[in-house]
Formats: sequence, C-alpha cells, structure tokens
Amino acid sequence: MITESLLLTIALAPLVGAIIAGLFGRQVGRAGAHTVTILGVAVSTALSLYVLKLIALDGHPDVNLSVYTWFEIGSIKAEVGFLVDPLTAVMMSVVTSVSLMVHIYTIGYMHEDPGYQRFFAYISLFTFSMLMLVMSNNFMQLFFGWEAVGLVSYLLIGFWYKRPTAIFANLKAFLVNRVGDFGFLLGIGLVLAYLGSLDYATVFQKAPELVGQTFNPWGTVEWAVPTLICLLLFVGAMGKSAQVPLHVWLPDSMEGPTPISALIHAATMVTAGIFMVARMSPLYELSEVALSTILVIGSITALFMGFIGIVQNDIKRVVAYSTLSQLGYMTVALGASAYSAAIFHLMTHAFFKALLFLGAGSVIIAMHHEQDLRRMGGLRKYMPITFATAWIGTLALMGFPGTSGFYSKDAILYAVGAADRPGATFAYVCLMIGVAVTAFYSFRMLYLAFHGQERFGHDDHGHGHDDHHGHDDHGHGHGDHKPHETPWVVTLPLILLAIPSLAIGYFTAGPLLFGDFFGSAIHLAEGREPLAAMAEHFGHGPLAFALHGFVTAPVWLALAGAGLATYIYLFNPALADKAKSALAPIHRLLERKYGFDELYQAVFAKGSVLLGRVFWRAGDQTVIDGLMVNGSAALVDRFAHAVRRLQSGFLYHYAFMMILGLIVIVGAFALLK
Amino acid sequence: MLADWPLLSLLIWLPLGGAVAVLVAGDRNATAAKWLALLVALATLALCIPLWANFDSTTAAMQFVERVPWVPSFAIEYHLGIDGFSLPLIVLTCIVTVLVIIAGWEVIEYKPSQYLAAFLALAALMNGVFAAQDAILFYLFFEGMLIPMFIIIGIWGGPRRVYATLKFFLYTFLGSVFMLLGLVYLYLKGQSFALADLHSMSLNLTEQTWLFFAFLIAFAVKIPMWPVHTWLPDAHVEAPTGGSMVLAAVMLKVGGYGFIRFSMPIAPDASAEYAWLMILLSLIAVVYIAFVALAQEDMKKLIAYSSISHMGFVTLGLFIAFALVLDKASPDSAALAVQGAMIQMISHGFISAAMFGAVGVLYDRVHSRQIADYGGVMNTIPWIGAFAVLFAMANSGLPGTSGFVGEFMVILAATKASLGVAALAALTLILGAAYTLWLVKRVIFGDVGNQHVAELKDLNGREWIVMSTLAVCVLAIGLWPDPLVQVMQASVEALLQQVQQSKILGG
Repeated sequence: MITESLLLTIALAPLVGAIIAGLFGRQVGRAGAHTVTILGVAVSTALSLYVLKLIALDGHPDVNLSVYTWFEIGSIKAEVGFLVDPLTAVMMSVVTSVSLMVHIYTIGYMHEDPGYQRFFAYISLFTFSMLMLVMSNNFMQLFFGWEAVGLVSYLLIGFWYKRPTAIFANLKAFLVNRVGDFGFLLGIGLVLAYLGSLDYATVFQKAPELVGQTFNPWGTVEWAVPTLICLLLFVGAMGKSAQVPLHVWLPDSMEGPTPISALIHAATMVTAGIFMVARMSPLYELSEVALSTILVIGSITALFMGFIGIVQNDIKRVVAYSTLSQLGYMTVALGASAYSAAIFHLMTHAFFKALLFLGAGSVIIAMHHEQDLRRMGGLRKYMPITFATAWIGTLALMGFPGTSGFYSKDAILYAVGAADRPGATFAYVCLMIGVAVTAFYSFRMLYLAFHGQERFGHDDHGHGHDDHHGHDDHGHGHGDHKPHETPWVVTLPLILLAIPSLAIGYFTAGPLLFGDFFGSAIHLAEGREPLAAMAEHFGHGPLAFALHGFVTAPVWLALAGAGLATYIYLFNPALADKAKSALAPIHRLLERKYGFDELYQAVFAKGSVLLGRVFWRAGDQTVIDGLMVNGSAALVDRFAHAVRRLQSGFLYHYAFMMILGLIVIVGAFALLK
Repeated sequence: MLADWPLLSLLIWLPLGGAVAVLVAGDRNATAAKWLALLVALATLALCIPLWANFDSTTAAMQFVERVPWVPSFAIEYHLGIDGFSLPLIVLTCIVTVLVIIAGWEVIEYKPSQYLAAFLALAALMNGVFAAQDAILFYLFFEGMLIPMFIIIGIWGGPRRVYATLKFFLYTFLGSVFMLLGLVYLYLKGQSFALADLHSMSLNLTEQTWLFFAFLIAFAVKIPMWPVHTWLPDAHVEAPTGGSMVLAAVMLKVGGYGFIRFSMPIAPDASAEYAWLMILLSLIAVVYIAFVALAQEDMKKLIAYSSISHMGFVTLGLFIAFALVLDKASPDSAALAVQGAMIQMISHGFISAAMFGAVGVLYDRVHSRQIADYGGVMNTIPWIGAFAVLFAMANSGLPGTSGFVGEFMVILAATKASLGVAALAALTLILGAAYTLWLVKRVIFGDVGNQHVAELKDLNGREWIVMSTLAVCVLAIGLWPDPLVQVMQASVEALLQQVQQSKILGG
C-alpha cells in the first residue's frame, strides 16, 4: 500500500539527513555526516523502488493525496501533496538511486575537503527538493521544488566559494534559471487564470476547455491560449534543462565538485524540465505550435552543443556539452509527442551520464585534480575499473546496439522520423548528424584519457592553455607519483551504475515504450502514435531489435563517428592539429561557444548595471532629488545650516519641529472651522 | 480573564510606560536599564499571545474594542480595535522591537537608556497606529511615530544624520499634512472621526478624488512609492542598525496599512478610477528601483532600494484588486491580490529586519557600509554567511521562504487581470535575485578581501538570537502561510465588499 506516511518518509528522510549534517556537522563529525545522509537517502531509495514495484508490477492504482493546505483563499487553493503514478515512480527511483550512488562516491571524492559535512548536507537537501518536485500533485509545489533544486545547485556550484570562477558561475546559473522561471511563473499564472486551479488533476481534466480560447495582447493580435501557456511553461524548462539560448549556465556549473556535476547537472535536476513537459502532456497536446517550437529548440541544442563538445579539453566540459546535447534529444522527443521516449531516455541517460561523470571524477582524483585531457593518456593500465566502466558509459552514450542508450535514442529517432509537424524534418537531420558527433567526441575523450601515450608527469604540454582546467584542485600539488585506481567507495558506484547503463534498456524498453506503462500519466491526443514506426521493428523483442539496429542508419553513423575518432586519436594524432588549423574559423567559433557568453555578459550583465547607474544618477539624483525636490532640498539645506548655527543639541531640532507641526495643525483647524 | 483586559491599551501604554521607566533608570546603571527595556519588550510581545489566541478570524468586525470619548467638542475618541489587517502588523511590531533591543545591547555605548526608551516609545506608537479606530487618534500616533525615529537617527546616526533626519522628517511630515486636511474635511462633512463612519460616508467623485490624493501623498511617502522615495535610502544609510530595522520592518508598513484603512474604503470610487496610476507607480517601483538597486555600492542603500522595490508589490496587490473585482468579477483573485500584499508586508518586515541586522553585524566589526570593503566574509564568519544567504534567498523570493508567498500571490492574481502587468512584476524574479545575490557574491563569497575581514569574529549569542528568530519567522511563513492567511481572510473579504460599493449617491 502506498500511504501518506510512506511518501512522507521518502521525501523527508533525506531532509532529516541534510539538517543533521548541515546544522550539527561539527557535532556529528565527518563519519556521522556521511552515515546519516547516506542512511536517509538509502531509506528513500529502498522505499522508492518499493513504490515502483507496487505501481509497475503489482498494478497499484495511482495515488493522489494532499498533505496540508498551503493557503486557501476562496476557491483558490494551494496544497502540498503527492501524486504517485508510473511517471512519478520512475522519476523517484532514478533520482534516489543515482543520488545514493553519488552519496557513496562522495566519501571518496571529498575526503580531503574541509567542507565535507556541508557537502553531504547539500546533496541530501537536493535529493529532498528533487523528490518534492517530481512527487508534487500541484503547480505550487512543483515551483517550490523547481526553485529549491535551483538553490541547491547555486550552493553547490559555489561550493568552493573562495574561487572567483565558482562564485561567478553560481550567480550566472541562478540568474539564467530565473529567466526561465520568469516564464514558468507566468505560465502557472495563466493556468490559474484560465482554469481556476493549481491542482494537476483539476487542471488536466479541464484542459480541453482551453481549446479555441484566444488571448489578445494588443490591437487585433490573437494568441491561442494553450500555445501561450505551453510556451511560457517551456521557457521554464529551457532554463532548467539548459536549452538554447538559456544553456549558458550548464557548462560553467562544472565549477562545482564532480559528484554534483553527476547528480545535479547531468542525471537529475537538469532533466526536471523534461519531466515537467511530460507531466504537462495534457496541456502540450493541445498546441501544435508549442510542440513544433520545442522540436526545433531541442534539435538546435542537440546538434550545436554536441559540436562544442568536440573542441573541449577539460574532461568535465566534454561531458557537460554532451549532457546539453542529450537534453536536446529528450526535448526533441517531447516535441514529437513521444513523451514516454523522452522519459525513457531521461532514465537511461541518468545512469550512463552519471557513470561518465563519476568516471571523469575518478580520473580527476587519480590525476591529482588535473582535468585537462591533454595531460592524460594511457590511464587504462593504472585504473582498470574506471577504464572499463568508462567504455560502457561511452558505448551507451553513442547508442551501441544492445546498450540502454541504444534503445532510448532509437526510440527518439523513430518518433521524430515519423512526426509530421513543422520542424520535424529539420529535427531529424540534426539528430542524425548529432549521433555521429556524439560518438566522435565520446571516443575522443575516451582515447585521450585512457589510451595512447602517457602525457602526464612532464610539464611541456601547453599547460595553462585552457582557462578552465584544473579547477578541482584541492590545494595539493601535482606529484610525480603514478596515477592509481581509486578506492572502492568510488569504483563501487561506477560498477553499480555500469549495470543499468548496459542493461536497463534491454529490460525496460518494451514495457516502458509499448506497454501501457505510463497509463493516464502521459496523455496523447486522439489517434497519435509517435512510436508506431518503432513498434513494427520491436515486435520480435529487444534482442532482435538490437540486431536489426546494425542495418539502420543511426548505428552506422555512430560507428562512423567512433571510427573517425579512433583513426585520429589512436593512429594519427597529427591529423587533429591539421584539421584544427584547416578549419580555424570554425574551431574558433566553437571554442568561443558561438559567442553567447560574451553577448550576454556585454548586453545583460553590463547593460543592466549601466542602466541601473543611469536610473540612479539621472533619475533619482538629478531629476527627483535635483529638480523635483529642488525647492525642498534647498530648504532642507538651509534648515540644516540654520539649525547647526543656532545650537548643536538635538533636542532643539525636535522641539522646533514639534512647534512647526503644532502650528500647522492648529492653523489648519482654524482656517477650516 | 486575560482576554477581558484592555489588551490594546496595554500594548500601547506598557511600552510607553516602560520607556519612561527606562529613561528614569538612566545610564548610571545601564545594565539594569537594558534588562528593564528587554523585559518590557518581552512583556509587550507576551500580550500578543492572548490577543492572537482570542482573536476571532471568522469575522471582519473590530475586536478588543475600547472606546471612550476624548475631546467631545470635536467628537474625537480614544477608540481602539483590531481586525485581520491590524493583528499581524501588531505582532510584527512587537517581535521586531524585542529583536532591536537585543541587537543594540552592547553596540550602543552613547546614552543607551535613551536609545532603548526611544524604541519602546516607537513600539507603543506603532501599535497605536495599527489599533486606532479614530482618525485623529491615528493621526497622532502616525505623526508621533516620527519623533522617536527622528531622535534615533539624529542622535545615534551616521555622519550625515542631520541631513538625513531633516529629509526624513520633512518628507513624511509634509505628506501627512495633506492627510490631516482630508480628515478635517471629512469631519466637517460628517461630524465624526470614527473610521467606521468615514468608511460609510457618501462622497461624490470630486470629493473622493481630492481625498484619494491627499491620502496618497501621505501614504506614498511613507511606504515609499516612486517618485517620493528618495528620503528612504538616506535615512537608512544614516540610521543606526536598530533604527534601520524598525524603519524597514514596521514603519514602511504604515503606508500600506494606510491605503487599506483609509484610501480604499473611504474613497473606493476614486481608488478604482486611479488604480491604473497606482499600478503604474508600483511597476516603476518594482522594475526601475530594482535597476537602481543593482547600481548601489553601499550595502544599506542597496537594501533600502530593495525595500522600495518590494513595497511595490504591496501597492500593486492592493490596487490590482480593483481591476479584479470590478472588471474581471473575480473576487477570489482580488482576495489573493490583497492577501499577497499583506503577506508581502509581514514578510518584508522580517526579511528587511534580518538584512539590516546582518549588515549591522558586519558594520559593528568593520565600520564600513561599502560593498568594496568586504569580500570573503564566509571564511571568517561562516554563520553570518549562512544567514546572509538564507535571507538573500528570501529577499529574492525563493519558495519555502516568506519572500515568495506574497510575490507569488500578487503575480498570480495580476496574471488574471493583465499578463503585461504580471510580466513586468515578475521581472523581480530576475532583478531581485540579481541585486541581492550579486551583493552576497561580493560581500560573503570569495577569498578574504582585506585585513578587516580576516580579523572578523563570529556571531555572539545575542546576534545569534536575533538572526535565528528572524530565520524561523521567514521559514514558518514560507512553509505554511495558511494560518496567517486565515487570520486575514474575513477582513480581506469585507474590504473587497466595501470597495465594490460605490459611495457616490445614486451612482
């Protein structure tokens, strides 16, 4: 039975851990902090999996309950409550299990850090916030979780608050997310304005009423209400899930410690936008325009962020751009109405991307906090477990047949290929090219880190060339000693994540994509079957489908990308430099990340402060204080002078003013009486 | 029983008597004076317990009413009473007063007993403002409030205190003169100063318009609204920490309360007529002032501008309600807007007190308000860093803190009235976070900025009490606003009923 107390335990166990580790960190000590937080998250994970079992296997009905009323004003009600349906159950399980892995991993990764307890407090607080987000049954709580994960992300990106780059990155992340939330909040406002409720069940039930309603912003312009609502909500998703042009914060978020890059900025928080749109499918299904927009934005993100991944030299940034690109894939799936494929890819990606990030972290530990790929190489013989699991993660990411990433990516490609709404062809082309690009940068990273020559230990290799390397430095120098495999607390999570990266697709693709797994959680417009094309081929089971994959274009494109990377980075490294100089303008464009950062910095950051100065100096000081209040300002001045000359006792001012006041009052009475 | 006591009179006269007692105790035994002041403040706060417990939130009628004639020839009465609007503001006043006395404990070395007495007197007068049901009584408290604040800034203030006090005094004083004229006009017409009588008095649109603007000048200066806001940053900069805390936390709210108690019910037709103007000025406060805040280099000025920007939500909520009841026929949304405005006031009371308190903690150690003189405070005082981040987040309207609740309600309600207005108001999500978190970045985060910061000592027990009490208030309202909402709901509904009924005879 799924009861209120069960759900409360799932959500609050990590919060309790966070409070103990955060407020009483000194008292409980390091071991106490990680024990209590891991215990809390372990409880959540076990119970979440139990909930998933009940919902998925035992046919437990959906649960929708209210915990308490946040406020109630007439008919307008905001509650804190839980909705548990298959979609929620999947998200809860993904969030808690990845979080548990990251908690364990952190023991190894952060063991030298003075902020150990604080770190555990933050990641447990994050787990609580994320659970509140996915378990919500209403828009208010969704927004609470939405912003709370943003807060924790802010705190964790700026975890090493002494570093100028870290505290720049966290401010940037928060503000860019707030731009998204601006749209999101207005979307929620319109939902309330047109449907009169913040409760999912009511809103989704009444959603069809929106069809045909129009909004008149000015003149004779008419906007369709469903489109307006969906686009505004999607602006929120663009911020959280880092879609172009609100993607700029995610690469910089790598300033945070690696465990949170895995947990927050790859596996869970950044997928909140994807989850939200899937959750809102009853609304999104009402607007072709919104879905087309989502399709196009997603495909731009998928392809163009992938390109940037090719030129990155910081191991974490390669994975970060890969995350952006994969988020683009999920977004495209949403745009093609293939919500279940989006959630499926969200799940597989959570495992293999967390694996890749934690693997990158393991490399960073072994390299004594060196992040520059150009100073790595040949690590496979020093750290076999990290090496093997990184290969697994990479194969899953490129979509090698049989791995989990293969099933989820193919589902998206089939859905987009079959979609007929505007933008679908563009999206399909972008995603197909993206497959090759993904394989190329993934293998490039793999080879640069684990294969080829050992390039560490001597300082002649362009050190200091890249602005962003070496940020994970905890303050100890680069010794000459050889890298070695990381301790078991680090490798165990890698192994545990490698298993689902490899296998979860095989076992769940059928039920998740083609069964009626999501039930009423995902709503499709009448007659819409985004995955029909894939279903034809999937009829013979996942194994046959994987074998069939070898005769389809995506797999060959992926193999081509991987092959090219193999040739360049294993056999002919000089070619990379040649290509770089031959394509110098493009290379520069990619290195500058298309110039978004510079543009935003110049226009929004500098521009706002400049505007503020103008308003202040010209508006407040010159016009208001100078001109409008000129008379009284001068009067004040003369007053002050007069008073100062007469006496410096303050009682005098006061008495003087009192008399003045009295005269005015009496005078007013006398005049009017 | 306790409930039968004249609680409202006690809330006024206990701190006032306490102020006199503290003055008499004098500075010779400063410790005794301080303890006496704290005891009085705590006793006053304790009076709020029976007040809250016996408050009937199902009715909008005035409660705990005390009414005796005072100046019969002008029908002026000593008339006290509270409804859902007054109660939370009185509680806010009492809490903040206790905290201010604790905050000033060791910091004020010059004439501490007079300093504490001034705050007790201030608390008495502010409680009086929120409880007065007679217009002249209100006016006396309203004006009287200026005197202790004037003294606080004038004696314990910074180097430019004379300029700041005069600007503060003249602005607010000149503003309220117009209100007095309005009240006198109403008396001449209706022979009564009782607020209930003024609320039910018929007035034609011209009369209402004159009155509306007379009240507007008084309350707009107080709250303050653009463009009569420039006294506030100066007053805050020069005021001692405690003065800033009370000024921001409670005194500004008198402006918002004035709109609710005077402008809207006395001149409902004119209020509806000029709601567009109020909404416009509110949006200017929210957007324009936020940009100005972004450009500040003085911490206190920045927070002062932030206050003005946040008060924009109060006036926006109050006056967007007119569009919602009249044009959209949506009383629930209108109630949401007014509730939002009220919660924004209470919430801002706690948050601004906390932020000025935090700045005070830093100022007491470094003796500078310039942002550039700080950096990396987190390294030396982690607890103030933690509190600063919490309150900064609350100031940025993060859900789970009180700062979110009011803004959320007002923005949701505004969306119903006009998406454009809501969009401009919602810019605060970005701008508010920008100026607040940029401040945090420059002051709290980073490497240790200079020698002063390196030598900072962590919070003492006294500062801990102030910060954690405010943190609890901010989180409590943020996590569960419903109790507060329910206390006000009946009064909000009654106010909306009132403003819907035209006071123009035959109209």
